[in-house]
Amino acid sequence: MNKFGYTISRDNQIDYDKVDRSMAAFIEKNEPTFRICIQCGSCAASCSAANFTRFSFRKLCLLIRRGLTDDVQKEVSKCMLCGKCRLVCPRGVNTRNIILNVHQALHKTTVYEL
Amino acid sequence: MKNVIVIGGGVAGMESSAQLADMGYQVTLVEKESKLGGHVDQWDFLFPNHRPAREIIDSLKQRLNYKVEVKLGTEVESMQRNNGQYAVKLNSTEVLHADALLLASGFDLFPAQKKEEYGYGIYNHVITAADLEEIFRSGNLRKVVSGNTHRIGIVHCVGSRDEKVGNEYCSKVCCVTGVKQAIRLREALPEYEVFNFYMDLRMFGRYFEDLYREAQEKWGVQFVRGRVSEASEDVKGNVVVKVEDTLAGRPMKISLDLLILLTGFIPSKGTSRLGDLLQLEFGSDRFLKPADEHLLRNHSKLEGVFLAGACTGPRSIAETITDARAAVLEIAAFFRDKVTVHE
Amino acid sequence: MNFDVFTLPFSVGLVFIISYFLAMCIQWIRNLSATERLLLVKGIFSFKTFTSIKEVVLESLLHRKIFRVNPLLGYMHMSLAFGWFMLIIMGNLEARAYNPIPIHPPYYPIFFRFFEPDTGTFKYSVFYEFLMDFLLLFILSGVSLAYFKRFRSMALGMKRTSKLKSWDKWALAALWMIFPLRLLAESFTSGIYESGGFLTGTLGRFFAEFLPVEYLAYPAWWAYSIALGTFFISLPFSRYMHIPTEIVLIFFRNYGIRSSEKINGFADIEVKSCSRCGICIDVCQMSSSLNQQNTQSVYFLRSVRDRSMTKSLADQCMECGRCSQICPVGIDLNTQRYLARRRVHEEFRSDFSYLPDLQTRKTDVIFFAGCMGHLTPSVIHSMKKVLDHAGIRYWFMDEDGSICCGRPLKLAGKAEEAAQLMKKNRAAILASGGTTFVTSCPICLKTFTEDYDLKQMRLYHHSQYLLKLWFEGKIQLEKQMQKAVYHDPCELGRGLGIYDEPRELIQRMMILKEPENTGENALCCGGSLAHQEMSSVQRRKIAFDAAAKLTIDHPDYLVTACPSCKKTFQQASPVEVKDVAELVYAAIQDRGRKTALKSREIAAAEAN
Repeated sequence: MNKFGYTISRDNQIDYDKVDRSMAAFIEKNEPTFRICIQCGSCAASCSAANFTRFSFRKLCLLIRRGLTDDVQKEVSKCMLCGKCRLVCPRGVNTRNIILNVHQALHKTTVYEL
Repeated sequence: MKNVIVIGGGVAGMESSAQLADMGYQVTLVEKESKLGGHVDQWDFLFPNHRPAREIIDSLKQRLNYKVEVKLGTEVESMQRNNGQYAVKLNSTEVLHADALLLASGFDLFPAQKKEEYGYGIYNHVITAADLEEIFRSGNLRKVVSGNTHRIGIVHCVGSRDEKVGNEYCSKVCCVTGVKQAIRLREALPEYEVFNFYMDLRMFGRYFEDLYREAQEKWGVQFVRGRVSEASEDVKGNVVVKVEDTLAGRPMKISLDLLILLTGFIPSKGTSRLGDLLQLEFGSDRFLKPADEHLLRNHSKLEGVFLAGACTGPRSIAETITDARAAVLEIAAFFRDKVTVHE
Repeated sequence: MNFDVFTLPFSVGLVFIISYFLAMCIQWIRNLSATERLLLVKGIFSFKTFTSIKEVVLESLLHRKIFRVNPLLGYMHMSLAFGWFMLIIMGNLEARAYNPIPIHPPYYPIFFRFFEPDTGTFKYSVFYEFLMDFLLLFILSGVSLAYFKRFRSMALGMKRTSKLKSWDKWALAALWMIFPLRLLAESFTSGIYESGGFLTGTLGRFFAEFLPVEYLAYPAWWAYSIALGTFFISLPFSRYMHIPTEIVLIFFRNYGIRSSEKINGFADIEVKSCSRCGICIDVCQMSSSLNQQNTQSVYFLRSVRDRSMTKSLADQCMECGRCSQICPVGIDLNTQRYLARRRVHEEFRSDFSYLPDLQTRKTDVIFFAGCMGHLTPSVIHSMKKVLDHAGIRYWFMDEDGSICCGRPLKLAGKAEEAAQLMKKNRAAILASGGTTFVTSCPICLKTFTEDYDLKQMRLYHHSQYLLKLWFEGKIQLEKQMQKAVYHDPCELGRGLGIYDEPRELIQRMMILKEPENTGENALCCGGSLAHQEMSSVQRRKIAFDAAAKLTIDHPDYLVTACPSCKKTFQQASPVEVKDVAELVYAAIQDRGRKTALKSREIAAAEAN
C-alpha cells in the first residue's frame, strides 16, 4: 500500500494510561517546585549547554511530567549544572535540584527501587 | 455639606472627584505632581481603539472645572482621625478636614533596571513601553532605530509574574499594550518586523482579541511564545536577545534595532506610604487590600477611608473609571447611613 | 602490690580505649597516600612536631579558639580538658612522690586516695593535697557549666546545642558522673580517715557527721571506676572520640596533610575530630535567618560518622565557609561536604562529549564573564568600556556564551564531569597564548585557580586587575563623597583570600564603610550555587536579612564583586547595588565629563 511517506504511528500519541509517571512522582516528592513550571522557556533560552547541543530543561521536565522518560538519560547528561536557569526562572523552580533528582531517579530505576 | 478629600489626581482620582462634586459633596483633590492626569497623561494612544490618551484626560479635566478644589504639587504628610473626621496635614502645612478620604494613589511602573539582564539603562536601544509612548508623542521614532536589522522586539511580563523581582502577579494590561504598540510600530515603520515575546497572551477585555487578530492579519506582527532570558549588545549596537521559542522547542537568538520592555505595575510609592500612614492592610502583592474582595472592593478596613483605581491592583483605564464610580457610590452610601444613624 | 577488684572496670576500659585508638591510628595512616605518608615521616623529625605540641596544648587542652568565640564555653571545655589532664599528671607525680617505685599500675594514681587513705606527711604532701583538690574543683566548675548548658543552652550565649545519639548519651552520662563520683569517693574516704585537702577533707568530715561513710566509701570507689570504664568504652562510638583524634589531626595537619578530592585517612580524622561544640550552628545563616537547625556542619559530620548520609543532608549547605572559618578544630568543612556529595551523587555520570573544541584567539589578555556574569550585563559593559579606555587589547572569551567553568558541577560533588568541561576551556585558554586571565566571577576564579593548572598565566579577579590598571596609571580615579559598603563574596573572600584589592579600589572612589560582618566573617548573600535544595523564599529571606545588616548605616551604595551576589542583593537591598567595575566605569565617565568641561572652559577663556 502506498503510504505517501506517512504512517499513522501509535507511538506518537501520549497514551496516558500506559506511560510511567514514577519518575515525575519521585522528583515532585523531592523537589516540589517541579510542579510550578509555566513553560516560559527562560531556562532553555539562557542555557549554557544549549549553545552546543539540543537541550531544553523546560522540555525535559515536561516530558518527565507526561511520563515520556525514554530519552531522559541521554538528555539530562548534557546539563552542566551551571545554575543560570535557576537565576532566570520567574517561578523560582529549583532547576539544579531537579537535575540532581533526575540523576537519582535514573539510578534508582536501574536498581529497581522506583 | 459633607467633605471628601481625594488623594491622587490620575484617572481614578479625577473621575471620582468629578462624580462626587456632581453629587453635591465638597471635594478637594490632592496631587503630588504639578499637573493632573497621572500615567495616562504620558501616554500617546490607548487600546483597544487607538484613541488618543489626551482625549480622556481633557474630558476628565473639563468635568472637574470649578466644582473641585485641586491642590497640585501637594503631598499628604499625616492623617488623623477624630470625631468621625479626618484631619489631613499637607506638606504646605495646611490642615484639611474631611468626612471621608478616597485613596486613588495608583501605581508606579516597575523600574526596568531592576531586571538587569534586559539591559535597560545599560544598552542604548532598550526602552520601556512608557518610553515608547513618549517617543510616539514626540514623533522621533525614526531617530531611535538604527536600521541595522529592521527588527523590533517587545518583551512581555517585565517585572510581572516574576518571583525573582518579588512580583508574582499579572499586570493585566501589558499584553494588550504590547499588541497595540506592535501595531503602532508597524504603522509607523512599515519596513520593520515586530516581535512580541510572551509567556501567555491574556486578551481578557472586550475587543482585545480583535486587536490581537488585527496585529497578525493586517500588520504581520510576529508572536514568539517564550520569555526572553537575557539581552546583550553587539558591536553595531544592536540588541541581541536570547529566548526559547517554546512552541518550536528550540532556543532562538535574534538581533534587534530596538527592544521594548512592557514593565508591569507596582504599588506607587504614594500608595505604600498612605497605606502605612493609615495602617491599612496590604495584599501579598503589596497593593492595598479592600475590606472584602467581592463585596466591599472600595472599602478599606477603616471607616471613612475608601479606595479607587490601581492602588488595589493593576487595572485598565476603563476598569479604573468603573471602579472610581463604584467608590463614589460607596461614599454616598456611607454618608447616607451615617446621617440616618445620627438622626 | 596494691590491687582491688573495683579497679577492673577502669582498667578494662583503659586497655580497650588505648588499643582501639592505636588501631585507628594504624588505619588512618594506611589510608594515606604514599606521598602523604612521606610527609608524615618527614614531618615527625622536624620542627613541625614542636609546633604541633604547642598547638595541642593551646587548642586541645586550653581551647583557645573556643575562648575567643565564646569565653564561657571556652572555660567549660578548658576546665574539663586541661583540668583533667593536670589531674592525671599531678596525680602521677603525687603517687610517685609518695611511693617511689619505678612503675605503678595505671590505676594506682587514679585511685590513689583509696589505696593510700591517710598519707600522713611526705615531701610536698600539703601542696599535692591542695593542688589535687583545687584541680578537682576546677573540673567540677566546668562540669556544672556543662549541666547548665545542656538544659539552658542560651545561658552560654549559644542559641542551640547539638542533639545527642545513644552512644553519646552513655558517654555523656559517664563523663558527667566521673568527677562528682571522684569527689564523693575521696570525700568519704577522707571522712573515715580524717584526712584530705580543703575540699575532700572538709566535705568528708561534713559527711561523716551524718552518713555512714565507712560503708559508703567502697561503693563510691566502685561507682567512680565504673563511670571511668563506661566512658572509655563508649568513647570511640561517641563524640568524645574527638579528644584523642584532634591531637592526631593537629600533628597531621602541621605535617602538611590535607583532605582532598579523594577520601583519605585525613578526612576521617577530621570527621572524628569534631567535638560537636555547636559553634557552627550559630554562625550558619540557615540557622539565624531560616531557623533551620538540622543541616549544620555538626549534624552533617555526625551523619558522615554514622554513615547515615542522605542526598538532602549533603546538599543542604551554601558552602559559604562561615563555619569552617570559625570551627575551633579547623575542620575543612567545605571539602567534607564535597566528599559527601561525591558519594551521594556518584551514581550518575553526565556526558559532555557533545562539546566542540572551543575557538580561540591569539591574545595577551583574556576576559571571562562566566555564566552568571551574562545576567549582570552592567558588569560586562563596564569592564569592556574600562578595558577599552585603558587601551587594553583583550579577548572576551565567553562573549557568546561558553562552556561552564566546572565549579558548579564540582560543588555538586561531580569532579570527573567537571574535568571534562575544564579540559575544553583550558585548551582554548592555553591556545590563545595569553599571559593574563581576568574574570569577573569569583566562582569561576576559584576553580580556574585551583583546578585548571594555568601556571603559565596570571589569574585576576576583575577587582585585582582594575587596581593593577590604576597602579599602572592606565585609569584615573577620583574620590567622591559618597559612602559605600563593601560585601565580600564568599568565594572571593573566604574562598580565595581576596579581601584587600576591591577595598583599595573602592577607597579611591568613595568613602568605604565596613559593615559589622566583614572580611572573613562576611555574610553570604543567599544566592549560593552550592545549596541544591533551598527554596527561593528561603534565599530571599537570607538575602533580605544580610542586606539589612549590610546597609544598616544607610550607605549610598552596597558594593560587591560577584555577579551572583549582585543579582541576589539587587532585589533585597534598600540601597543601590553596584559591582566595583561599575564604579570604576562611572568614575572614568565622570572624569571624562569634567575634562571635557574644563577644556571647553579653557577654550572659552582663550576665545575671550
